[in-house]
Amino acid sequence: MSPADPAGLGRARAAGFVLPALVLIGVFLVFPALWTIYLGLTDYRLTGLAAADPQVVGLGNYTSALEDERFRNSLWLTVQYVLGSAVVGQAVLGFALAWVLRNRPGPVKRVVEGLVLLAWILPSSVVAFLWIALLDRDAGTLNALLHTPGFAWLLDHPMPSIIVFNVWRGTAFSMMLYGAALENVPPSHLETARLAGASTFQQLRDVVLPRIKGHVLTNLLLISLWTFNDFTSFQITAGGPEGRSEILPVYIYNVALSGGQLGFGAAISFLVLLVNLVFAFVYLRLLRGRREAVSP
Amino acid sequence: MTREEPDQHHPPPRSEGRGRFWTEERPQRGTSEDATREDAASRRPEPRERSERNQTRHALATIGRATFLAVVLGFFSLPLLWLASAPFDAHPSITTSVPEFTLANFRSLLDNPYALSSLGNSVIQAGGSAALVVVLAALAAYALSRVRVPGRDALLYLLLLLSSVVTGTAAMVPLFELATRLNLIDTHLGVVLTLSGGLLPAAIFILKDFMDGTPASYEESARVFGASPLQILRHIVIPLVRPGLATIAVWAVANVWGSFLQPFILLRDPGKSPGAVILYTLYTEGGAPRLDLISTFSLLYSLPVVVMYVFVSRRYGFRFHGGIKR
Repeated sequence: MSPADPAGLGRARAAGFVLPALVLIGVFLVFPALWTIYLGLTDYRLTGLAAADPQVVGLGNYTSALEDERFRNSLWLTVQYVLGSAVVGQAVLGFALAWVLRNRPGPVKRVVEGLVLLAWILPSSVVAFLWIALLDRDAGTLNALLHTPGFAWLLDHPMPSIIVFNVWRGTAFSMMLYGAALENVPPSHLETARLAGASTFQQLRDVVLPRIKGHVLTNLLLISLWTFNDFTSFQITAGGPEGRSEILPVYIYNVALSGGQLGFGAAISFLVLLVNLVFAFVYLRLLRGRREAVSP
Repeated sequence: MTREEPDQHHPPPRSEGRGRFWTEERPQRGTSEDATREDAASRRPEPRERSERNQTRHALATIGRATFLAVVLGFFSLPLLWLASAPFDAHPSITTSVPEFTLANFRSLLDNPYALSSLGNSVIQAGGSAALVVVLAALAAYALSRVRVPGRDALLYLLLLLSSVVTGTAAMVPLFELATRLNLIDTHLGVVLTLSGGLLPAAIFILKDFMDGTPASYEESARVFGASPLQILRHIVIPLVRPGLATIAVWAVANVWGSFLQPFILLRDPGKSPGAVILYTLYTEGGAPRLDLISTFSLLYSLPVVVMYVFVSRRYGFRFHGGIKR
């Protein structure tokens, strides 16, 4: 009985246990990723001649994407969306909430946390419609509150609308992560800083930030990755009007599956994949580094 | 604590030298050292004046905090209010009792050919994916936990990396193509397999952590008494890691229940579409949206997710793991 194999599985049976999962992952996760690369090099279409006999066009899709005004616009909107709603919106609001609610048990904390979490766990179709209802031109709650009847938020300001929406949708994660991180900051350090006359800003910069640096980085990477791939705004604006809120995920859907340009869409997908890869790689490096730091 | 007189703790007036010594003693002080030392040295107000200023500062901070929390409460509850109120606002002219309202709206749910059956589809797809993920992940995690395979950790990290990189957004074209070629378009199986493939790596990763934490000595003694590996897995390991399995199952169900993109591109038949897609078509279809239908359906469709979340967080103290959300 070897200590490495207490249940007596043996290599062969162990492989049999792992195989089904690996096959499923291989077919529905790894293979699609590789296939995107190939499809992105073709002029494959949903219908017509290029559907029956797709030709390899090399990097043609990438060069035409770079020349495409709509693609560049989508790229710029995506940058705004990720920076505005995740890096600035969710991270800052999430931290502010965690900071204000720390060491403060009671009904206020429970209610605030409950509502923020609710926005996060409700299904995307539901929250999308809740925001359509909130921002509705004629009968929306927001226009009723602000006494601005007929103000078309989603038509006139689609980008700010979905950015604010995504802040609302995703702040919970940052709040919880920072909430856990702040527990690592010894209250005595904050207390001494306060007694020495440090302002809140100074306390945050000099006492809190050095201790939660790792969490901040983790948080920013993950929420950026998720926001970058978020498809929920499709259910609110579908990229419109006139592509003014067409972030990359929506652009890919509109071009590839709605417009039928599968090859071109695959090329853009591959670019998204590459960006995701960078995010995830940095994140895993961070995780590993921390594990090694904890148990050398 | 701020409003207490700080000098009580440091009765003698702080000289600059003492301040420097005091700050250097504490490594966590960091760079604020300079700012505070300057502050303390340049103007050291009388205790009374200082305590008054502290009180003002404290009051302002309290007001600021309360305002902030009020604004946040408003911001987060405003969109949600509709979900709570709309089912009763559907017929604002009728001011009868609440039960009649819910009955009427419930009837509109029954009248719609797709509303209730779509929840059935959600159950099939979420349940199927959860079952597949739990079984396959448990088998794989057990083998990976108990048998030392070279490159095991690297493989796990690679799979985890892939599952966060190959999102529905990044792979919608090949997934659609794959389902088309495998004749999986318009089938529950297509949705189940596609979503399970994405959930499995994280599930294996978490379950392996659970399995690593269970002692191997039980398995060794069971083996001495002649139990087969599958018997050991069924009667010893699975009862031990049941909380882990439950967590994974609930996590998978919640994920699939809320998924929109994959069923949206893989299913065209509304008779097979889950709640997420049907709800979307309810409010994007032409004509005035049926608010009574949408509101009751939203409520009904959201309820299981909220209930599951509350259940798991109560029972297992569920904290969402680092990278695990969707």
